[in-house]
Amino acid sequence: MNLLIAILTLVLLLVVILVISAPLRPARRAGGIIRTGEQAAENRAELEAAREAKYREIRDAELDYRTGKLSDEDFAATDGALRAEAVEILDRLGARERES
Amino acid sequence: MAALGRACLLLALAVCVYGIGASIYGVRAGRPEFSESGRRSVYALAGILTVAFAVLEVAFLHNDFAFNTVADTSSRTTPTFYKAAAVWSSQEGSLLLWAWLLSLWSSLVLFLTRGRLREVAAYATAILLGFGGFFIALMVFYAQPFATTSPAPSEGVGLDPLLRFPTMMIHPPMLYSGYTLCTIPLAFGMGALLARRVDADWIRLTRRFAFAAWFFLGIGILLGARWSYSELGWGGYWGWDAVENASLMPWLTGTAFLHSLMIQEKRGMLKVWNVSLVLATGTLAIMGTFLVRSGVLNSIHAFGGATLGVPFVCLIGVLLAGSIYLVVSRRDMLRSEHRLDSLLSRESAFLANNLVLVALCFVIFWGTYFPLISQALTGKEASVGPPWFDRYTVPLALILVLLSGIGPAIAWRRATLANARRNFLAPLAAALMTLIVLLAVGVGEKPFAIGMFCCAAFVLGSISQEFFRGMRARGAMAGEAPPVALMALVRRNRRRYGGYVVHIGIAVLFVGVAASSSFQHASELGLSPGQSTRVGAYTVRYVRPTASVTPDYDSASTQGGRELSAVLRSEPGVTLAPDSARTGASLSLGAVLDVSKNGHHVTTLRPSEGYYDSGDPTQGSVGHFIGGQPVSHVALNAGVTRDVWSAIAPNIETPQLKRIIALGNKTLPFIRPGEGIVAIAVMAGAYIHNPPQAQFHFIVSPLVMWIWIGGLIVIGGAMIAIWPAPSAVRRRVAARSRARAAHGLVRA
Repeated sequence: MNLLIAILTLVLLLVVILVISAPLRPARRAGGIIRTGEQAAENRAELEAAREAKYREIRDAELDYRTGKLSDEDFAATDGALRAEAVEILDRLGARERES
Repeated sequence: MAALGRACLLLALAVCVYGIGASIYGVRAGRPEFSESGRRSVYALAGILTVAFAVLEVAFLHNDFAFNTVADTSSRTTPTFYKAAAVWSSQEGSLLLWAWLLSLWSSLVLFLTRGRLREVAAYATAILLGFGGFFIALMVFYAQPFATTSPAPSEGVGLDPLLRFPTMMIHPPMLYSGYTLCTIPLAFGMGALLARRVDADWIRLTRRFAFAAWFFLGIGILLGARWSYSELGWGGYWGWDAVENASLMPWLTGTAFLHSLMIQEKRGMLKVWNVSLVLATGTLAIMGTFLVRSGVLNSIHAFGGATLGVPFVCLIGVLLAGSIYLVVSRRDMLRSEHRLDSLLSRESAFLANNLVLVALCFVIFWGTYFPLISQALTGKEASVGPPWFDRYTVPLALILVLLSGIGPAIAWRRATLANARRNFLAPLAAALMTLIVLLAVGVGEKPFAIGMFCCAAFVLGSISQEFFRGMRARGAMAGEAPPVALMALVRRNRRRYGGYVVHIGIAVLFVGVAASSSFQHASELGLSPGQSTRVGAYTVRYVRPTASVTPDYDSASTQGGRELSAVLRSEPGVTLAPDSARTGASLSLGAVLDVSKNGHHVTTLRPSEGYYDSGDPTQGSVGHFIGGQPVSHVALNAGVTRDVWSAIAPNIETPQLKRIIALGNKTLPFIRPGEGIVAIAVMAGAYIHNPPQAQFHFIVSPLVMWIWIGGLIVIGGAMIAIWPAPSAVRRRVAARSRARAAHGLVRA
């Protein structure tokens, strides 16, 4: 039993070391090129999340207007501002896609 | 196997230390491979603690009493169902559960956010591993779940009878899931401050975890209230107990955070609020764990003694100091991007809502920790009871419910007075009609209850109006029939309408609380068989006593069992119960009660009191069978309009019954427990034949069921709000086309 437990512990230790050390092994380290690529993907993901949030805001504003919470003037102003912000995000997304 | 468990804890501690170092080094030195290694440390930690937890579970299920924690909280006769749950009934096991759940949730959030917000995530990883390391260090140095005794005892003490209730299986894991999930937004919030990336991205990434924390804490709180009402013998669902309060406080600040994060996402406002609420929620979750684990406050929940107080105080001190430093030093970055456009806006309503929630939390915090502070300052212990809490929380709760009806009916940014009049007319009319009806039926003497009913009517009117108008608008735009339009409306706007359903649930829940608190009829008195009493509109008659004996051995195959069966055949009224309720009681004494109203039978109630084996030989060979803490098993008839609740405290201290126990102790040896339980059966027979007066507690409470119904509605609304919309799933996968805003939008 003690031998079994010792073996189990050793196996667990080896698995942990393998998992934790994987990014540090030379074959997986590719330096700046991958880092830049990953950074670009991160920025694109953040812009896409911001785009979805803006779409949601535009839908919320339209729903508020149609359920009588916003006057015509207030809706026009709010909707215009939100759409302008959305276009800005789309432009930035488009620019990033062209760069990649 | 205990050695494997101990090895797992040591390995886990080493992984935490390494992971903290690797994460911080990786982000400070610009070495992402080390940050990645730190992230993988969290995955490894989850794997190691899963093995450790499995080792302990197996020990419980296999009755391995060499493990001290198994011997202290389980026994061979504990049903398997409760053996599995007994793991977290002890201090040591609950610490392991906490650490394990933390590692699982941490792994999930880091997996889902991989490749995003690298600097923030690296700091968050270090903080989460710090929490993990703290709890693992407690288990290594203070409360060891894998401590053993040799030789192992042949039998364990058994599970606390108060915990033998089905919801106790799920209540602690729900609460602990809530507590551990609270640390996720805290870690990412601190990470955002450390990395100076305080825009809305970290909130977007961790929003679901904040919501999940709120969700699980809410379920845990609800289950705890249900357990208190159905199992404990005092007849209430909330007693402002220290541990109840400890779970409610982070839930309140978490609720405030879920509301105000919408404002930061939309308007870039309330950044200081949000980061402060996140840090407060996480810190309160740790403080809640401190209350339960350190034993510093008296509570029905607090298990075990002290020893953990000092480490927890140190951790809480570090959290508080670190949080304050980070918020103050980054305050320039936390300035709002916009200002409030109008006091008549949803932003203002949310801000008022936050103030009320934080005020509620502060009141509860003061009332909970005041005994500690008072003792520290004056040396005298002080206590704060329910009346104190009610005095301050009831008015705040009224305002909170009212605001939950105002917010949905008002627009973002700015609402005009004309719109406000239009949107609040119907809800106000509903509230007014409710008031008129209540006054007409003569319930005007309870102003706070009336106020709550009217506020709830306002909320229901406001939310119903939102659903109706939204359905109508959707139907007009899309040409859909009302039911289809309603489904489509909710599907396209899950967060909004899921939130509305939650508000309905809260209003319903508070109606139940107000009614059951304000219009309850209660009675505590002694009754003998044949006697009656009046409780509100109901008459309760004590028909006859009941008694059952539950031996913990096979009654057919032993000499003692056969003797017991023979004795019981001559004792009509005493049953040999197979413990189908799995209470573990050696003896149950109770009553049959007939409940009637206006001469018509309503229900029959059978409350009882269970007497448990203390395992203490000094109480005698017979006395120990019933020498443990007695537990009341309440009888409840629940209905839509009212609950009738009863509990009994039989008198087993009569001269006749004491004589039977004394004689048994004197003449029966310990080595033949079968004969001892026969003596208990004789005692039960004597109780039936000559029942002494028993003490009864009766309560008739209106609308209690609506508390649980309200809770279920809240859960349903939360599920709607958090469920990903189908279109969102598609956008995550695809999304490479460049769509202009005008074409990229779909109908609300």
